[in-house]
Order: sequence, then C-alpha cells, then structure tokens
Amino acid sequence: MLGSGIIKGLAVTAKNFVGSYHDPARMVTVEYPEKRLPLPEAYRNFPFLVTENATDPMGTLRCVACQICEKECPPQCIYIEKSKDKKPDANGKPQLYPAIFDIDTSVCMSCQICVEVCPFDAIKMDQVFEIAATDRFSELLLHREQLAKPNTYFQEIHPTDAAEVDARLAAERQAAEEKAKAAAAAKAAAPKPAAPPVHPAGAPVKTASAPESSAASPAVKPPDEPRRSSPSEGGPAA
Amino acid sequence: MSATLLSFYRSLLAGDSPALATEPFLERAPLELRDWFVQLLPAPLQWLVHSLISIAAILAIFGFFFAFLTIAERKLLGRLQNRLGPNRAGLPWAKNLKLFGLTQPFADAVKALTKEDIVPANADKLLHFLAPVVVCGFSLTTFAVLPFGREIIPVDLDAAVLYFFAAGSATELAIFMAGWSSRNKYSLLAAMRALAQLISYELPLLLSTVPVVLLAGTLSTREIVLAQGGWTFGVIPHWNILTPWGAAGFMIFLVSALAETNRSPFDLPEAESELIAGHLTEYSGFKYALFFMAEYFGMTALCGLGVTLFLGGWQAPCAFLEFIPSYAWFGAKLCLLILGLIWIRGTLLRLRIDQLTRLSWKFLVPLALINLANAAFWSLTADLPLPGRIVRWLVALALVAIPFVTLGRRLSAGLAPRTYRYAP
Repeated sequence: MLGSGIIKGLAVTAKNFVGSYHDPARMVTVEYPEKRLPLPEAYRNFPFLVTENATDPMGTLRCVACQICEKECPPQCIYIEKSKDKKPDANGKPQLYPAIFDIDTSVCMSCQICVEVCPFDAIKMDQVFEIAATDRFSELLLHREQLAKPNTYFQEIHPTDAAEVDARLAAERQAAEEKAKAAAAAKAAAPKPAAPPVHPAGAPVKTASAPESSAASPAVKPPDEPRRSSPSEGGPAA
Repeated sequence: MSATLLSFYRSLLAGDSPALATEPFLERAPLELRDWFVQLLPAPLQWLVHSLISIAAILAIFGFFFAFLTIAERKLLGRLQNRLGPNRAGLPWAKNLKLFGLTQPFADAVKALTKEDIVPANADKLLHFLAPVVVCGFSLTTFAVLPFGREIIPVDLDAAVLYFFAAGSATELAIFMAGWSSRNKYSLLAAMRALAQLISYELPLLLSTVPVVLLAGTLSTREIVLAQGGWTFGVIPHWNILTPWGAAGFMIFLVSALAETNRSPFDLPEAESELIAGHLTEYSGFKYALFFMAEYFGMTALCGLGVTLFLGGWQAPCAFLEFIPSYAWFGAKLCLLILGLIWIRGTLLRLRIDQLTRLSWKFLVPLALINLANAAFWSLTADLPLPGRIVRWLVALALVAIPFVTLGRRLSAGLAPRTYRYAP
C-alpha cells in the first residue's frame, strides 16, 4: 500500500533516535578533539626526518644531505644545504649532514616520492594532520629541528614498515661489520706471508687487492669518499 | 479612517475580555499583564500600545522559538541518524559550561550578522533587498489570526482562515522576487520551480481545510477551535482529527504544509546538494538568515493552523486536564507537530520535481476533493440515532480508505518493487 515504506522508514529513524541514547555502538561519530579514531597504518602525509637517538636528534640524523629528495620532489618543497664538516653516523662512519633541511608543508603534496628515492631510509611519511596555522612562513615552513623525529616514533606510526626497515638496516650493518672484520682479518693475515719476502711496499698491495675490490668494504675506503657514490651502502637504491 | 481604526481598537480593547474575569488566574495572567501595562499609558496611546504589545509578544516568543527550534532540529536530526548533534557551543566567559550546546543559535546569529553581505553587481538592488524582508514580514503576519489560547488571539477576524492563506501565499511572491532580482539564470529557474511547487501544493492545502470550515460553519479560527470543544465520556476530545474526514484532511494538510514550507522531502527549491540553494544562491549573511527564519516562521504558522483546524487548538485532550492553561496546550501541540515534521525530515529522501507535482495533482487534489464530499456527507448525517451513527462512521471510513488505496495503486503502479541490475 502507498505509504507503507514511509512508515517503515519512520520506524527505522525512531529506533535510531531511541538507540542513540543507550547504545554507544550505534554512534557513527566520535567527539573529535577529546576522542579519536585510530588512524589506519597506511595513512600518511608530510615527511619527517628519522633520527637514531631521541636525546640527540640533530646529531643522529640518518640524512646525509645527498639531496636526491630535493631533486626528485615534484612540487620542489624541500630545500637542503650540505654541511661543511662531517659527523660520524650510526655505523661510526664520518658523513655529511644537512646544515639546513626545510620542507614547506604548504607546498608539499604528500606524494611520498622523497621517501621512495631516499637511499638511507632517512625520510619517512608522518601521520600529522592538525597543522592549521595562522602564519604560513613561520609555522608551515618546517626546519630540520621540527622535522626530526626519533626512529621509535616511526616504529609507532608505521610498525610494519619500520620493522622491515630496521631489519634491513641491521642486516646491512652486520654485513658491513663482518666485512670490516673480514677485511681487517685479511689485512692482518695478508701482510704476514707477504712480510717475509723482500719488498714491503709493492707486493702486499697486489695480493690484498683481489679480495678487497670484490668486498668494497666501507671500513677500508678512504674516509672522505662521498657516501652516496657507493652502491653497496644504499638501501633500496642499491 | 483613524477614527474608525480607533473605534475598532477600542472595541477590541473592550470586547476582548467579556468572560475574562471568570477565568482561572494562569489563563488570564498574560492578558491582565498587558491590560495593566496599557492602562499606565495616556489614553490616546492605549489602542496603539495594545496592538504593539501583541506584535512584540509574537516577535519575541516566536523569535526565540525559531532560535531554539533550529538547535532542536539539529540535535534531533543527529539522534535520528545516530549522531550527537551540536553540543559544543557554550558561553564565551565560562569555557567549561557546555549547556548541551543550547547557545548555538546565538552563535549562529552572530555569525550570520558578521558575514559579508554580497549583492551581485547587476542585481536589482531594491528587490534583492526587499525579498527577504517581504518573505519574513508576510510569514509573521500569519501569526496574527492564530488563537494561542482561550482568550489570546492577536486579531479575531471573521475570515481568519482566508486571511491566513492570503498572507501566507504572499511569500511566493517574495521567492520570485529573490530569484528575479538576483540576475542569475539559475536563481531565476529555481524560483520558477519553487513557484510551480508552491502553486501545486496551495490547492490541496486549501482543499484540505475546506471541510473544517464546512463543518464548523465559520472562517473564524476562534470559533473553529470552540466548535472542537467538549469530550465524550470526558476523555475522548471532539477534535476534527478524530473523524474520518478530519484524519484524511490532516494528512493531506500535513503533506501540503511540508511542501508549502519547502521542508524535506519537498525541499527541492533549495536542494542544497543538487542546486546550490535555488533562489537563495545570491544571498549571504543576514539576508540568507532572514529567508531561513521566514521558512521556520512559515512552518510554525502552518503547524499552528494545523493544530487550530484539526488538533483542537488550545483545547485540552481530556476534561480533567483542563486546569493546565490553554496556551500551554497550544504550545505543546505545536511542538509535537513540529517534532513530527523534523522526524519526517530525518527520514525521507528528497523527491524529484515530476514526482512532486504528480503527487499533488494526481493524488492529493483528488483525495482532498473526495474528502470534501465526505465532510459534506458527515455534516448532512449529523443527527442520527446510534445504529445510524455506526453506519455513518463506516461509510465515512470507506470514503477515505477506498480512494486512498485505489489512487495510491495507480500512483505507484510500475514503480515498485524496484529491482537493481548491478547491485547485489
């Protein structure tokens, strides 16, 4: 009969009305600033810089100022200036670091390309969205101090991603250590048979060059070689 | 002219309260207060102030009613959709006091007042300004003839129902003024659509009220309410809605009133999601708020008329509840009816324009005409003995039900049940 559907509909909304007072499971909204829904893990916007140590964020930035992200950024929202000096990184190796690392979040489109191209896992996507500000240049142009966030934060917001990155970095470090040890051992072992023969200058170099060139260990490289030129050091780009 | 006016108001002043002295205190309190205030003034001013007080009371009461109706509607709509509704607005000096968001309307008013008032460069400035004023003014004038209580009726006209519809339909003019003066083709088209809708529904609205006038034998709203007085066994009131023709008339009235006030599901003149806002596209700030206000005034007034014509006006539902003042009953019925309209708004979808006009011309108008005949039959068979009365009831019920079912079948033929080819 005409109108029966209307009555059914009115009954549905009446049930909603009564139910909304005693059944919290019915509610489709939460009272936002006080209560929040958990963000999906895949949610991302605006990059941040990963630091190894929360107590010394500027000293332990993973970023080595290679400027790949700056060049790849489609809206050109990243500005980097390399440092003049070098600081030891997590592996103890002296590296350049960004003297200035700015991201203009009013320009950033959260495309994640900087994260994709970073060979050092130094820049990752954040989950912040409450970035409303009254002044664009003082509050939306983020400097490295504001961008630096510890690795534990990364583990918190993107656990799956962070576990994968941590495992890979740990494996790389271990491999690097082992290679360094092997190289050191080889270095220690190689001169001994070479030492009794006559020339200490030319011969040991030739015998040691065969294992060293294949290993390309960072420990035995000269310390001032640019880091990003080494293919074995990078993460996904390697 | 002023002499006749003066005598008219004198007569109002004098004739207003013949039985007032015998009423209970609460019943006469508002009028006593007014009369006390009026007699403080010098005699030449009295007739003027007498009327001004009524106007001020209507403006104040229905202004606040409108304000709190908006928040009530938003909260209720929220609950109907499993949301909380607005509950944040508190007081600026007491941050911790939320007051359930009841100060929201004042925040909305401040916001509307401080917004920029944009008038299109090529608009007809005068009409563009006049339209919201006219629409608000005319919807307020309709309150004048509503009997809010036993003795409280701002203007007791003999042709009150006629006046109500005359004043009420003048808002259609204002809607067209708004659409025309905006110098925007979409506004103009939307205004024409709105006019088509309003004129379509003017007819069933009027036809649904004719039976009441026919049975009461008067156009005076006061007498229509008085005609619905009395109770059977002291508990069953003699309201028009409790007769077959009254129930049918009330339903037709309700549907037409929804359409007349542009309420959902008939809110397509200003369908927010499809059109921008129809004839309101070029309005902003306080002028927009005025249209909004007029819509709610119109809805309140039409609901007030519905209460007056069908729900017994200020009459108490049972004899033993008569100690509650009559204006409280009127207010309670008005609120209930408006809550019903909000419930409908929270439930139904918006109609298409062809569905809308078809519902009016092919369904409501024929039903209203048959209902008129039904009421005539009811009035002709008024003095029957008991078995005759039962037959009368059955015949009247059949006259309501059979056309409803047959016309409803024809209206919905080929429309239901709906099958979906691609959806599961």
